[in-house]
Amino acid sequence: MSIFEYNGSAVVAMVGKNCFAIASDRRLGVQLQTIATDFQRVFKIHDKLYIGLSGLATDAQTLYQRLVFRHKLYQLREERDMKPQTFASLVSALLYEKRFGPYFCQPVIAGLGEDNEPFICTMDCIGAKELAKDFVVSGTASESLYGACESMYKPNMEPEELFETISQALLSSVDRDCLSGWGGYVLLVTPTEVQERVLKGRMD
Amino acid sequence: MAGAMDLPAKGGFSFDLCRRNAMLAEKGLKMPGFRKTGTTIVGLVFQDGVVLGADTRATEGPIVADKNCEKIHYMAPNIYCCGAGTAADTEAVTDMVSSQLQLHRYATGRESRVVTALTLLKSHLFSYQGHVSAALVLGGVDVTGPHLHTVYPHGSTDTLPFATMGSGSLAAMSVFESKYKEGLTREEGIQLVSDAICAGIFNDLGSGSNVDVCVITKGKTEYLRNHQLPNPRTYASSKGYSFTKGQTEVLSTKITQLKPKVEIAEGDAMEE
Repeated sequence: MSIFEYNGSAVVAMVGKNCFAIASDRRLGVQLQTIATDFQRVFKIHDKLYIGLSGLATDAQTLYQRLVFRHKLYQLREERDMKPQTFASLVSALLYEKRFGPYFCQPVIAGLGEDNEPFICTMDCIGAKELAKDFVVSGTASESLYGACESMYKPNMEPEELFETISQALLSSVDRDCLSGWGGYVLLVTPTEVQERVLKGRMD
Repeated sequence: MAGAMDLPAKGGFSFDLCRRNAMLAEKGLKMPGFRKTGTTIVGLVFQDGVVLGADTRATEGPIVADKNCEKIHYMAPNIYCCGAGTAADTEAVTDMVSSQLQLHRYATGRESRVVTALTLLKSHLFSYQGHVSAALVLGGVDVTGPHLHTVYPHGSTDTLPFATMGSGSLAAMSVFESKYKEGLTREEGIQLVSDAICAGIFNDLGSGSNVDVCVITKGKTEYLRNHQLPNPRTYASSKGYSFTKGQTEVLSTKITQLKPKVEIAEGDAMEE
C-alpha cells in the first residue's frame, strides 16, 4: 500500500468569478478502518488564503503548524498578510528543502490576491508547483476528481453555481474511492464573505 | 533545542525526516512517485542565435497532472533553459542558478555568459550524484556568440549545434537529423523546432499538449508561449453541466462576513 493511501483524502479547489471554492472529504482512516468522520483537511492561513493538505494526516498537521508559524512571523515583520503567490512559493520551498526525506503531503492552495483575483495551485510532495486557471485536485480520489472536474467545470461561475459544481464533483468522485468520503466540507470565499458548509454524503 | 524552533533555514537540503521515512518503507509502505515532466525538449543554433522548444505536459505516473505547464525556464535575459525529469528538481535548480547569475551580474557589471550557467548547473548536479534528477537543454547568446548545451542529471554536459532531451527525444532527434542544416533562418529554425516538438507530442506518450518556443538572438529574446496548439479540446459540450441551486444536500452552513482591514495612516511628526 502506498504511503498516500494510509489515511485517504480528497481535496479540490475551483475558481469562479471573483471567488474561489476549496473542498475536502471528512474521513480519517488507518488503512481500511475509519477512525474519524469529521477530520479537518482545509486550514485557514488568513481571511483570504486557505490551504488543503491531502496525504499522510500527521504530516498535513505538522506542515500546517509550520506554515502558520512562518506566516505569523511574516505578518509581524511586514505588517500585512501574505499574497497567495508568495505563500505558494513558501510552501514549495519548505517542501523542496525535504527533497530526500519528504513530507507525504500534497497541498492545494487557494486564495484571493490583489484586486480579489482568485488564485489556486497544487504541488506534489516535493514542491513542484502547478498553477491552474480552472481547478486543482489532490488525494487518493484525484483520478476521479480530474474526470469529474474536467466535465463539470465552466469558467466564470457565480458563487452559488460554483458551490453546486464543486460539491457535485467532490461527492461523485469520493463515491468511487474507498479511502475517502464520509461527507464533505466546502469553503467558498468571495471578497465580502466566507461560506462554510458541511455536505451530506454516503457514509460508506 | 535546534529541532524545536523552525527558524528560516540557512539554505540547502534538510534530512530530518529520512530516518522516519526509511522506517515507514521497512514497514512496507511504498514511497510516492514525484511529478515528472515526461517531456520533449529541444534546442538548435541558427544563423543569428538559438531557438529552444518544449512541449507542455506534466505527468504523475500515467495521469496528466498539468496540460499546460511551462518547461522553458528563465535563467538570464539572454539565457533560457528547458527542463526534463523530476519537475520540482528542474524548477528548483533553474531558479537557484538564475539567482546566482543575477548576483554575479551585480558583482561583475556584465551580461551573463552561457558557460557560467553551465558550470553552476553541472557542479550542483554532480555534487548530488544524480539524485537531483534534472536533465536540461541550456541555450543563450552572449558576447562570445550563440551557445547550446545539454546537461545530464549526473553532471555531464555536451555542447552541440542541435540537441533533444526527455522521453520524446528520439522522436524529436529523428526530425532534426533529417532536416537540420547550418545557417538556418529564424523562420526555418522556429518551424524545425515546432516540427520536432510535434513529433514528440504525437509519438511519445509522456509528451503532449502545446508547443512552447523561445528565440534568443543578440540583444533580443522572444518567448512564444503556446506557439502552436495542435490539441484543442473539442469534445466538451457548449451547454456544460448545470446544477440547480439547492441540489446538493447540506447539513450545516456558517457564513462569516469579512471585515475590511483597517488601514493605519502614518501619523504626522510631532510638533516641536
